[in-house]
Amino acid sequence: MTAVTDRQRMAYIATQASEARVNVELQTEDMTLNLGPQHPATHGTLRVVAKLNGEQVIDADVVCGYMHRGYEKLTEVRTYPQVTTLINRIDWLSSFANEVPFILAAEKLMDIEAPPRAQYIRTMFFEMARIANIGLFLGEMALQVGALTPAFYAFRDREFVLNQIEAATGGRFHPNYDRIGGLKEDLPKGWVAETQAVMKRLREFCDELEGLVAGNVIFENRCRGVGVIPAEVGKAYGVSGANIRASGVDWDLRRDEPSPLVWKDLDWKVWTHPDGDSFARYWVRLQEVREATLMVDQMLEGLPAGPIQAKVPRIIKVPAGEAWVHTDNPLGEMGFYIVSQGGLGPFRCKIRSASFNNVSVLPWLLRGTYVPDIITILASLYFILGDIDR
Amino acid sequence: MSRLSSADTPTTEVDAPEETPVDTARQELVERLAAELGDGLLESVVDNGDVWVRVRRDAWRATAEACKAALAMDYFCFLSGIDWMPSASPNPEESVSTEVEGVEDEEADEPAAEPEPEPEPAPSGAASATEGWTTGVAGGDTRFQVLLRLYSTTSHLGLTLKADLDDADPRVASIAEVYGGADWHERETWEMYGFTFEGHQNLSHIYLPSEFEGFPLRKDYPLLAREVKPWPGIVDVELMPEGLEDAAIAPAGDAADTAESAE
Repeated sequence: MTAVTDRQRMAYIATQASEARVNVELQTEDMTLNLGPQHPATHGTLRVVAKLNGEQVIDADVVCGYMHRGYEKLTEVRTYPQVTTLINRIDWLSSFANEVPFILAAEKLMDIEAPPRAQYIRTMFFEMARIANIGLFLGEMALQVGALTPAFYAFRDREFVLNQIEAATGGRFHPNYDRIGGLKEDLPKGWVAETQAVMKRLREFCDELEGLVAGNVIFENRCRGVGVIPAEVGKAYGVSGANIRASGVDWDLRRDEPSPLVWKDLDWKVWTHPDGDSFARYWVRLQEVREATLMVDQMLEGLPAGPIQAKVPRIIKVPAGEAWVHTDNPLGEMGFYIVSQGGLGPFRCKIRSASFNNVSVLPWLLRGTYVPDIITILASLYFILGDIDR
Repeated sequence: MSRLSSADTPTTEVDAPEETPVDTARQELVERLAAELGDGLLESVVDNGDVWVRVRRDAWRATAEACKAALAMDYFCFLSGIDWMPSASPNPEESVSTEVEGVEDEEADEPAAEPEPEPEPAPSGAASATEGWTTGVAGGDTRFQVLLRLYSTTSHLGLTLKADLDDADPRVASIAEVYGGADWHERETWEMYGFTFEGHQNLSHIYLPSEFEGFPLRKDYPLLAREVKPWPGIVDVELMPEGLEDAAIAPAGDAADTAESAE
């Protein structure tokens, strides 16, 4: 008999080859993937060192500190009014919202309260900072997963909000507008009507993105079920803000914490999502931006007349004591623990920034995910490097 | 169906409780914690809508566990430290501003320092380095304190925990296994204050370069930028040079006259 046919020989070679391939795959060595420090998905200089087995992350380490500026040390050699300049630069996309908890903590220690008009304007700018910050995220996150257009829409429409902030405060990014006992100055003429138009426009932007991004099947496929943070894990890690509300935790400091700001006077909802995945985080933020525009509208309508500055001593000395004030900032819970010894500046000022805790869950979260999902998870957790490194 | 948004509850009801009911809630919180810890709890302060609890150093981890299990403190805010030593490089504004305050005395309203609350229940029988130092609310008998803030997302109550650490060898148990978020905060506190967290798996630098020496947030660590160059902010309130000062004061002296003559 003739020996093996060509066909048989080919089949034999093919099985040998496939076995060899399997063996090769079993022997793969772990590979270390260095993401960043300058990757666009990291919003600054954050480095993620992921150990990969094939496409799967088996261990991830997050390296931060490339932008550490030592603000906690610097606050100790500055006066209270000077500190607001520093803390403007913590979360630089919503700077005004950073000022608020610090000023409130100082006011709590001094036992003074700003007049109602100032509280309304504060709350309004707080929410406008949220719109400017998260509005950008809504486009940015789509950019990270491959859709270019929404980012341009976001930059375009955020500019309207920034213009309004600039018109009233003089600063586009760093308003430095909040003062102990009130505000730097009152709103300019015609500002209210302009802002109403801007809020309407931003609601249209939200509707647009809801169809374009959140309703997009490609976006959903990239985000659904990716990077699920269970509520219990998230809380133990101190994950806060929209990130934890997207895990189904119905908790918002604007509603749940007594505050001199006027959220309690407004009609609004806290949005949550039960899934805890990247899509849920996007979706919750989208709703929060829309809710914020509605809140600003209500405040514009109900804006009381009156002074914007309470009587405070010319030289601000904060009585000895300790105060902790935290607010629900765009990125999550931000708080200041101020220890005063009666001097012109804080004796110790612990800055609790949201992103530091939000990102500290990453080593836990990235384990077992796949490489493309790293980007989705980083984008959906949404951090600002200045807010991590302080 | 899962609930996608919170119920339309009137938010005022949540905020409504005035100080007294909230304080009973906080008082009860302290009592529950005291029952859990026994003599591990050294001191507690309920004031101005907040709670401070000082615990024994060796009860630190037990405190965190008790807070999580018995007090439903499910949310980790932050962990940090305090150095009560008076600062080596004090606030440069302090020296200048006293002069300015003298000048503008009449403009200043009641200085807010007046209703000064008694900041610290004097540490009883404290025979240690903190003699003569101000150590704040629930302040310590030693130089260093570790500071932990926990919060409950269900009862919306939070509390600040403190523990005194040894001056020479500040060390305390790690709570990273109780609250995952404490991992990074302990690394930060370790590099900034030099506290050792026993049982922490990876006490490595998080912000500073790995070869960094010293503990920047300790009060005796000099702020080098200030050593090299004085604080430029002082320039703003610097007194004018002699000649200019006279020139500036002279018109102000007969301001009334000039105003009248202008009219």
